[in-house]
Amino acid sequence: MYEAIVLLPLLGAVIAGIVCLVGARDRFPGEDPPPPTDDHAAAPVSEDHPRAAPVPRAEHAASANSHAEAPEHAPSAAGSLLAELTTSTFLVISCALSWFALFDVGIAGHEARVAMFSFISFADLHSEWMLRIDALTAVMLVVVTTISSLVHIYSIGYMEEDPYKPRFFSYLSFFTFAMLMLVTADNLVQLFFGWEGVGLASYLLIGFWYHKPEANAAAIKAFIVNRVGDFGFSLGIFAVFYLTGAVDFDTIFAQAPALVGKSFHFLSWDVDALTAVCLLLFMGAMGKSAQFLLHTWLPDAMEGPTPVSALIHAATMVTAGVFMVARLSPLFSLSPGASGFVTFIGATTAMFAATVGLVQNDIKRIIAYSTCSQLGYMFVAMGVGAYSVGMFHLFTHAFFKALLFLGSGSVIIAMHHEQDTRKMGGLWRKLPFTYATMVIGTLALTGFPFTAGYFSKDAIIESALVSDGAMASYGFAMTLGAAALTAFYSWRLIFKTFHGEPHDRDHYEAAHETAKTMLVPLGLLAFGSIAAGYPALALFTGHGASEFFRQALTLGAAEKLFESAENLPLTLSLLPTVMMIGGFLVAYQFYIRRPDIPEALARDQRLLYQFLLNKWYFDEIYDFLFVRPALWIGRLFWKGGDGFIIDGFGPDGVSARVLDVTRNVIRLQTGYLYHYAFAMLIGVAAAITWFMFAGPH
Amino acid sequence: MIIGLGHYLSVAAIVFTLGVLGIFLNRKNVIIILMSIELILLSVNINLVAFSTFLGDIVGQVYALIVLTVAAAEAAIGLAIVVAYFRNRGSIAVEDIDLLKG
Repeated sequence: MYEAIVLLPLLGAVIAGIVCLVGARDRFPGEDPPPPTDDHAAAPVSEDHPRAAPVPRAEHAASANSHAEAPEHAPSAAGSLLAELTTSTFLVISCALSWFALFDVGIAGHEARVAMFSFISFADLHSEWMLRIDALTAVMLVVVTTISSLVHIYSIGYMEEDPYKPRFFSYLSFFTFAMLMLVTADNLVQLFFGWEGVGLASYLLIGFWYHKPEANAAAIKAFIVNRVGDFGFSLGIFAVFYLTGAVDFDTIFAQAPALVGKSFHFLSWDVDALTAVCLLLFMGAMGKSAQFLLHTWLPDAMEGPTPVSALIHAATMVTAGVFMVARLSPLFSLSPGASGFVTFIGATTAMFAATVGLVQNDIKRIIAYSTCSQLGYMFVAMGVGAYSVGMFHLFTHAFFKALLFLGSGSVIIAMHHEQDTRKMGGLWRKLPFTYATMVIGTLALTGFPFTAGYFSKDAIIESALVSDGAMASYGFAMTLGAAALTAFYSWRLIFKTFHGEPHDRDHYEAAHETAKTMLVPLGLLAFGSIAAGYPALALFTGHGASEFFRQALTLGAAEKLFESAENLPLTLSLLPTVMMIGGFLVAYQFYIRRPDIPEALARDQRLLYQFLLNKWYFDEIYDFLFVRPALWIGRLFWKGGDGFIIDGFGPDGVSARVLDVTRNVIRLQTGYLYHYAFAMLIGVAAAITWFMFAGPH
Repeated sequence: MIIGLGHYLSVAAIVFTLGVLGIFLNRKNVIIILMSIELILLSVNINLVAFSTFLGDIVGQVYALIVLTVAAAEAAIGLAIVVAYFRNRGSIAVEDIDLLKG
């Protein structure tokens, strides 16, 4: 059964991939499948495609009109339907099996190890390809396959006008496979395989519309920033192997307690081994989960299609870092220093991303920063030792964040690929269903009582409050403050998009509710956003957590937290809700009752506004600190090192000297017969002379 | 005055030198080069015949006859090449024949 869960998406990806290749061959009969660029050039219609390139305003409106009358689209690739149905069906099957697995493993307690084959066996390094199925994995399986199958179904509607559907679905299924591989990993090498697999899928999907320069740039940025994190991650894996001589989790966890207090000797500098390992591994998590300092790729990743943003950059892939910390909780729980750092980074991200989210205008970017911020919450929970609570938030967040993304995708489709909230407004009349589901998602995100987000977010804030770990009070303050900001920017998004006066009449008039395949996933996710909280509460917090997760998480510290959290005074446990209501009221005041206030505020606090609008100038700072020096060094090596020194003294220099010599030698070759004959005669005369006077005797 | 071996050898040397100079100093016509080559061969023949006579060995004269045959064949081939060359390139002036130039 577990093999089926993991391998069905791969099978779907392969089938869709074959459909894609066969389609490419059909489109260009008699040739090999052309490289992608030719593919695009050969389909010029896609330039009329609204998403294909950012068209100027006037043309955009025109294309919107033509859309209403006679839609002109590139024909879908052959076999699109086959690819869509196969991948979606496989995912739905996989999803059903995952839910079954959750009950089988989590409730009935049938943990499993499924050995598949031997992966690497070299010297001391042995890595089995094994599926590790425990409660932690089961939760992730459910999250990944549920969101993924809904996103597959949603994409059938969302990508309707796109000519390259088989490719899209193939990537999407491949991503799911890699993610499942990641969450079922039984050792660090296998985890790393899945880790890089999702990174690759993310790169491919962000750059899915590869004829858009921004999409390409965003894809490359995501890939490179993740490499920075992965550098630390792989160093962490090496260090673990160095310390324990194994990469499989059971051995590592068994040896972990013995590592406490040991230290590395590194460049005449003794570092605590466990802390160093955890910090290195966490660096990978920071990259993948877009935490503070390595977060810059996530907002840019919104260049990809919206279903991708929902699946990869909100619900699943970005939570891989959280999952990894949870999976390695036996290590992290032994290192208070590293845990404090996790809390610090998580709390900083939660606050930072929330402040940036306040002023963004792109509907998807607001939600992207919100994702960033919520991931920060999860890391705060991980840092204070409440691993199950972090997983709880991961679980609920997947539902409402996917919902918000898919809802915004619905808005974007309805608005003909307009993403700027300033041009929206009043859409609730046109898109009642989307509006209702988005409001549910927002309620859950802001932690409205008894929605899914309420339980998990409050649990995190309370855990941070009662924890006495390093940085815990900082984590509490930041998450509490971010809760208010979350409420503000989330409601700002809703108000600007769905309420008020429409700012763009053309788009407003043409807006319409989207296809059924898109609305059904929205409805299901909305249901999940409300219902996923309470039933799971008992499993993820309190005494239930230890019974549910058993050996999968180290919950020794968490149990104390849960006990103290239960005894919290009512006023303190109501704090997050109060903050949430405060954020809502300010947003209501700003964007419904007095829409002039925000503008005035932006004018008065110009410096702060610009600071936030430009995302704390992180991109500029990185550009200055890393990108430009890298370009400069690259140019130096290229022009100076390679061009001047190596080429100058190497190939080019040698060939130039040879040319200099031949240029002189060439003059000897006059081409006149008598010169050659003369030279011959001289030679003969010389030879004869030599034989006559000094000849061999 | 008795004409001795030295005289024959001197004549042969003079003819040889004429032939060599004819090849080197001629700037006009390829045919002159061919003629100069004939001169060189003739000078060799004179040497062969002269030594044959003075040494009383008939082999030298036989050899001279072989050289004459070769010279005739060589002249025929040489002229044929010159004709073919003229047809192809429209000139047999020595200055124009510099295809070997690098």
